[in-house]
Amino acid sequence: MPKVLSIVESAYRATLEEQDDTILWLNHMLKNNGLDVTILLRANAVNYLVKGQDATGLKFGTAELKHPPVIDKDVADLIEKGVPVYYVKEDADERGVPESKFIEGAKGISRKELPGLLEGFEHVWHW
Amino acid sequence: MGKYLLIESRDPFDSADVRNSYELAQGLADDANEVTVFLVQNAVLPARKASSASGQVQDLASKATVLADDFSLRERGITGDELVKGVTSAEIGTVVDLSLEDGRKVIWH
Amino acid sequence: MATLTVALMDPPYETPATTTAFRIIDSALQKGHSVNVFAYEGAVNLAMAGQAPHANPVKGTTAEEEDHPTTKDWVASLFTTYPGKVQWINCGLCADERGANDAVPGPVRGSPKEFVEWINASDQTLVIPAK
Repeated sequence: MPKVLSIVESAYRATLEEQDDTILWLNHMLKNNGLDVTILLRANAVNYLVKGQDATGLKFGTAELKHPPVIDKDVADLIEKGVPVYYVKEDADERGVPESKFIEGAKGISRKELPGLLEGFEHVWHW
Repeated sequence: MGKYLLIESRDPFDSADVRNSYELAQGLADDANEVTVFLVQNAVLPARKASSASGQVQDLASKATVLADDFSLRERGITGDELVKGVTSAEIGTVVDLSLEDGRKVIWH
Repeated sequence: MATLTVALMDPPYETPATTTAFRIIDSALQKGHSVNVFAYEGAVNLAMAGQAPHANPVKGTTAEEEDHPTTKDWVASLFTTYPGKVQWINCGLCADERGANDAVPGPVRGSPKEFVEWINASDQTLVIPAK
C-alpha cells in the first residue's frame, strides 16, 4: 500500500457550493478506503488550522446555506482518524497566522525539512 | 538517492507560491536527489532571458534539469534563443516517460 | 506498456490545465500505455453530453464554419481512438451536484473507492491540482 502525502495549498475555494473543503473530504474518503494518507497544509491552507473559523450566515433571497463548511473541525476529524497533518511553519509566520490559535495535533515543519519529509512517501500530490 | 519530476504550471508573477516550488526543487537537489523540473503553461514565461524572474529559473537550472514544454513556448511565441541558460525545450511525452520511470515521484504544482 | 492514472479537477473553459491534461493523456495513449482518468470536482463537466458549439459573432462565422470541438468531443475521441486503453470515472457526488450525469459514451460514474483501486494498480498516479 503506497504512502501518500497530499499537499493542500488552495484554501476557501468553494464555501458556498461545498459542504466541506473538497480536498480534505477526498482525503478522508481515501483513508476510509484504505489509503495511507498524510496531509501537508501550506501556503494559505495553513489557515485551516485556526480554531473558530465561521462561514455561517450566507443567505441569498430566501435560499440559505444552513450547513457551511467547518474546516477546523474537518481537520480535527482527520487527525482523530489517525491521519497525520503537518503544516509549514514559515508559511504560517509569513501570513501572521497565530499558531496559538491552532487546533491540537498538527505538526509544524520548516521549509528546510520538506525534502526530508517527502522521502517517506511513494506519491506526493498537490491538490 | 530519489528521483523527482516537479511539474510547475504557474509563474512567479501570478503566484507567489511558485517560489516555494523552486525552493523545494533546489532543496531536493541539495539532498542528492535527481530532480527534473518541467515548466508548462505560464511557468515557461520566466524562462525568457529578458524576464525579471529569469534569475530564479537560472538558479534552479544550476541544480536541477529544467525543461520547458515546447507547446507552451510556441503558444507564447518564445523561441529557443530567448531561453535562459540551462533551460531546454522538451515535448510533453517527456512527462509521460519520466512519470513512468520506476521510483520517480511526480509532483504537479 | 504501463498504466497511468490521472486525477483531474478543473472544469473546462476555465484553466490551462485542461489542455495540458489532454496532451499528457493522449501522449501516453499514443505510446501504447493505458490511462485511467479520475475526474473530480469540475472535471466531471468535461464529458457532459449536453455541450453545444456556437457561432462566433466577432468573426462572423457559423458554428459549422467554426468547427470547434467542445470538451465532450475530446473525451469521446479518446475512447474511439484508443479502444480498450482508456477508463474514465466521473466522481458521482461531484456529477450529482453539478447536474453532470449525462456524459458522452465512455466515462462512468464512480467514487474515491475506484480511485484507490487504480492508485494501487497503476504504475504512476498523476494528480493535476486546481489553482
